[in-house]
Parts: sequence; C-alpha cells; structure tokens
Amino acid sequence: MNPALLVGLGGVLGALSRFAVGSLVGSLVGGRRRDTLAVNVLGSFALGALTTGLAADATLLTVFGTGFCGAFTTFSSFAVETVELYETGARRAAVVNAATNLVGALLAVGLGGWLATAL
Amino acid sequence: MSATEARSLERLKPLLLVAVGGFAGAIARHAVAVALPGGFPWGTLAVNVLGSFALGVLLFEATVTGRLGPETRLVLGTGFLSSFTTYSTFALQTAALSPRWAVANVAANYALGFLAVVAGRIAVRSLAAPEVAG
Repeated sequence: MNPALLVGLGGVLGALSRFAVGSLVGSLVGGRRRDTLAVNVLGSFALGALTTGLAADATLLTVFGTGFCGAFTTFSSFAVETVELYETGARRAAVVNAATNLVGALLAVGLGGWLATAL
Repeated sequence: MSATEARSLERLKPLLLVAVGGFAGAIARHAVAVALPGGFPWGTLAVNVLGSFALGVLLFEATVTGRLGPETRLVLGTGFLSSFTTYSTFALQTAALSPRWAVANVAANYALGFLAVVAGRIAVRSLAAPEVAG
C-alpha cells in the first residue's frame, strides 16, 4: 500500500486515541496540559519500543510509528499551552512544563527501546 | 432518519471530525518529511513550527473574534494540526543525534515553536484590530 495512505490510517487512530486520552485525563485530574504531557510521554515510549521492535517491518513501522505515534503526540498544543502559561505570569510553570515534556519524552524513548531489546 | 439515529450521528460527529483532520495532518507531515533533505530532522522542525503558528492563530482567533466555530477547532486543531505536529518523532530524532546537534534541535524546535505561537497571535490581533477599532 501507498506509504502516505499507511501514515494517514495510523494518523486517524493516533488522533482519535489522543482525543480519547484527553477526555479520560480531563475527567480524572483535569487540565489540558496534563493530557498533552500524558500523550507525549506515552507516545514517545511507544515510538521508542516500535522503532526497535519493528525495525525489520517497514510497513508496520510506517503505520504505527510515523502514523500512529506521530499523530498521537503533539507539539503544537504543547507550544500553545506553554506560551499561555508564560503569558499569564506563571513563568516557573511554563519552564517546568517545557522541561517535563522534554525529559519525560527522552526518557520514555530510551526506556521503550531498552524494553523492546530486552523482551 | 429516526430521532435515535440522529442522536447517535450527532455523538459520532466530533470523532469523525478528529479522524478526518488526523488523516490529513499525518499525511501532510509525512509529505513534508519526504520533501526536505535528510541528515538533520528538518521535516519535524518545519511541521512543528508551522503547526504551532497555525494553532496559535486558530485558538487565539476563537477567543478574539470567535468566527471559527467549535467544529472548525476540532477538525483543524485537535485533528489536523495536532497530528501534523509531533513530539514523539522529535524526541526520537533528538535522542539519535550527537549531543551538540541534539541541543541545537531542542533549542530550534522550542524557540521557533514558541515564537511561532506568539507570531500567530500577533497576526490575529493585527487582522482583527481594524474591526475592533471600527
């Protein structure tokens, strides 16, 4: 199948899953920033695991890595929410948000890759 | 159509809007990544900055003039732009770079992404200003 179509199909699943996590996290603890942090860390973990575990299968990697994980996680919402925090005077919270997304996602990528190798 | 069918379609509508936007956003991100040169993750930087600008415009517009309805925000914001931009690929690519280039990649995505949000708002403000003033 056309790679672009595979990415698109994964993108549908990723976007719907992000929407679902948003509703779930929103009802549990509230707040858009926690949704974004949750999807970014979870998605980075999955991408780290998939890139290592599915390295031999280009089709699955395109659907679930580029398509699903790429769409599940989001940079634009993260950027808007961080700027909103900074502008409303919560400068420390803005820095904490920027740092937790980065450190969380980088650790998750590493942990996902490590687990996929170990299993 | 029965009233029950109409109600269940109404419930499905947000999911359909997010799905359509997510499909197009992921394909557009892939197209940008294929079009730009490899080596440094230029594609991810480009989609993250462009998408942050567009989301800044979209969400700020909703609070200033409110011409775009909640459905537009779902299909373009939650669907298209959130799928177009990506944090996981950004993290994976950063982890694969040498320390020096990794720092440069994070700095470029963060600085340009945040500036793009601010630029998006300035664009909305300057376009909306004549109406507000008049």
